[in-house]
Amino acid sequence: MIKYLSEYRDPVNAKKILAQIRKVVTRPWVIMEVCGGQTHAIVRSGMDQALPAEIDLVHGPGCPVCVTPLETIDRALAIAAKPEVIFCSFGDMLRVPGSGKDLLTVRSAGGDVRIVYSPLEALELARQNPERQVVFLAIGFETTAPGNAMAIVQAEREGLHNFSELACHVLVPPAITALLGSPENRVQGYLAAGHVCTVMGLTEYEEISRRYKVPIVATGLEPNDILEGLLMLVRQLEAGRFEVENQYKRSVRHQGNVLARQMVSEVFEVVDQKWRGIGELPASGLRIRQRFAVFDAARKFGCESLQVEESKICISGVVLQGLKKPGDCPAFGRECKPEHPLGATMVSGEGACSAYYKYKLPIILSV
Amino acid sequence: MNDKKNIMPHGQMSCPVPIMNHDTVQLAHGSGGKLSAELIDKMFLPRFDNEVLARMEDQAVLDWPGGRLAFTTDTFVVDPVFFPGGNIGDLAINGTVNDICMSGARPLFLSVAFIIEEGLPMETLHRILLSMEAAVREAGVKVVAGDTKVVPKGGCDKIFINTSGIGLVPAGIAMSAAALRPGDKVILSGTVADHGMAVMTSRESLSFQSDIKSDTASLHGLVEKMLRASPSIRAMRDPTRGGVAAILNEFAKSSATGIRISRDLVPVRSPVQAACELLGIDPLTVANEGKLVAVVEAGAAEVVLAAMREHPLGAEAVLIGEVVSDHPGMVTEETAFGGTLILDMPVGEQLPRIC
Repeated sequence: MIKYLSEYRDPVNAKKILAQIRKVVTRPWVIMEVCGGQTHAIVRSGMDQALPAEIDLVHGPGCPVCVTPLETIDRALAIAAKPEVIFCSFGDMLRVPGSGKDLLTVRSAGGDVRIVYSPLEALELARQNPERQVVFLAIGFETTAPGNAMAIVQAEREGLHNFSELACHVLVPPAITALLGSPENRVQGYLAAGHVCTVMGLTEYEEISRRYKVPIVATGLEPNDILEGLLMLVRQLEAGRFEVENQYKRSVRHQGNVLARQMVSEVFEVVDQKWRGIGELPASGLRIRQRFAVFDAARKFGCESLQVEESKICISGVVLQGLKKPGDCPAFGRECKPEHPLGATMVSGEGACSAYYKYKLPIILSV
Repeated sequence: MNDKKNIMPHGQMSCPVPIMNHDTVQLAHGSGGKLSAELIDKMFLPRFDNEVLARMEDQAVLDWPGGRLAFTTDTFVVDPVFFPGGNIGDLAINGTVNDICMSGARPLFLSVAFIIEEGLPMETLHRILLSMEAAVREAGVKVVAGDTKVVPKGGCDKIFINTSGIGLVPAGIAMSAAALRPGDKVILSGTVADHGMAVMTSRESLSFQSDIKSDTASLHGLVEKMLRASPSIRAMRDPTRGGVAAILNEFAKSSATGIRISRDLVPVRSPVQAACELLGIDPLTVANEGKLVAVVEAGAAEVVLAAMREHPLGAEAVLIGEVVSDHPGMVTEETAFGGTLILDMPVGEQLPRIC
């Protein structure tokens, strides 16, 4: 596996691509990388320090942990505290603060909260513990939706009625559309998230690109993928082109993964969705269809109506929209740190504030 | 001023609970990262404050008639109890032996205390004891005291082991994290993250197969060889919980110097690197149980490195960085792209990421 990774991290290749970018770029461009994994690869590799000054990279809303709305976290906390429940989650959701506490606190107070690596593990727990209710916190973009859909289909097939999902899926294209439609938008080109495109394909992005006259490059998540994506994007921008191009050819097909998409639309329906820090975006989320209601934890545990207000201090919303950078927040690195996060962009390893805190804090605080 | 004192309500005269970020103890308080440090600084140190504890080394070095003693204690609660490459038994012996060795001391005597959950199969206990016996023999120490408690089912998870140890520091050896000077070299004895990833990938919830083995080993032989090669070793530590990142940060903090390393020079076995990639974990923050990091005067670095490489536990030893006068108290890493990043103290539990 490492062989396949080192190829895309090779510094010699990186320098070649960087040189090409320098040659092509003639004026300033504002570019957004949508995916949190890309943000991390950029900061972690030090690539942002090596790019020509003309390129202003802003970090997009592509961290599913960050944009999961407060009420979903609060619902998770309420369900996880129930004695009959085994609450399963991906690891990085455990530290995301809800209104008062996080899942780690619920666990230390006696809640049975477990880290799993796939919804299928939660399904296995449901098989092994028929007397308990096993709930999986099903969050993420289009990338995790197929697996979460499959778990529900499988649970129905096996009659595992003690399994359910607290689902809160978000979709990338409506978020990009919302950003592009905003009067404050300054982003001129997008690196689309390679993994999302692997599932969904490129057609949605072609529509956006045509409508807003904006170039989009489906890009992988390794440093040299991102550099190559940037090069393709800068070439388009400099030439005044706006097309959808595919840098991540080793994974992304034009039509996406058809089976995965079918599975998703069988189980989920598209709904208006609240994004933490951003607000409600039309048709930007997925909800479990009525036909699978018994596997919907929000319905099962009757916490659908729970509504909460977000904190006023945290600027994660504007960071997620690419309008400000983490260092612009007065609380950054002071009141707000990974061990005591005010907002979700500081919590997840994929969050922009966390990436800046981890690798750039003193540079920011000394300014 | 006096008036104010007089009107202070009675309740405020007693010691309040220190202000912590959490009302209850979290798992992360035991992870060796920032929250562990907070727990020690705010809760423990103020209660037991003395000049020996204040040095914050992995062991206490005590002046005693006839020489200097190194004294340490450690408790082992690993899950699962058996993992590829070892089990809680040899871990408990090697861990305490290594903490003693890191002061340059020769380990001599150990105590062993067990907390056992009722229902533990005798066969399991026996297997653990057999590997403890082997580890004791390997380290050349004697177990001279012990204790056993059995708790009701659920009172602990299978078996917890505490070991304490005493060693003798040879004359002329005085290592301390506070002694680091700019220009000193940082040496790592071999690959990182083997132990932590062996344990993590053998947990039942993680269903992937790998050939990752724990590196649990007693480092006394390697340390002896290093000390014979050169007395110019400033400080040594074994990067257990919190990994290399945590101890480098401790070094930088204790000595008020900066440390700069090149990540590319840190050896990581290929399957370990792959597991870290999959789970989104930085190998520099993962526990090791048979490795050490030494900070050595620049002039002695090559001699120490050569001596280490002659020992099986130091065969892959490498120079990974140096002590600098820039950014005191902070550790930085150079990336392959030529950028500079901060290598921070891990925050808490390692939380595998979603994507």
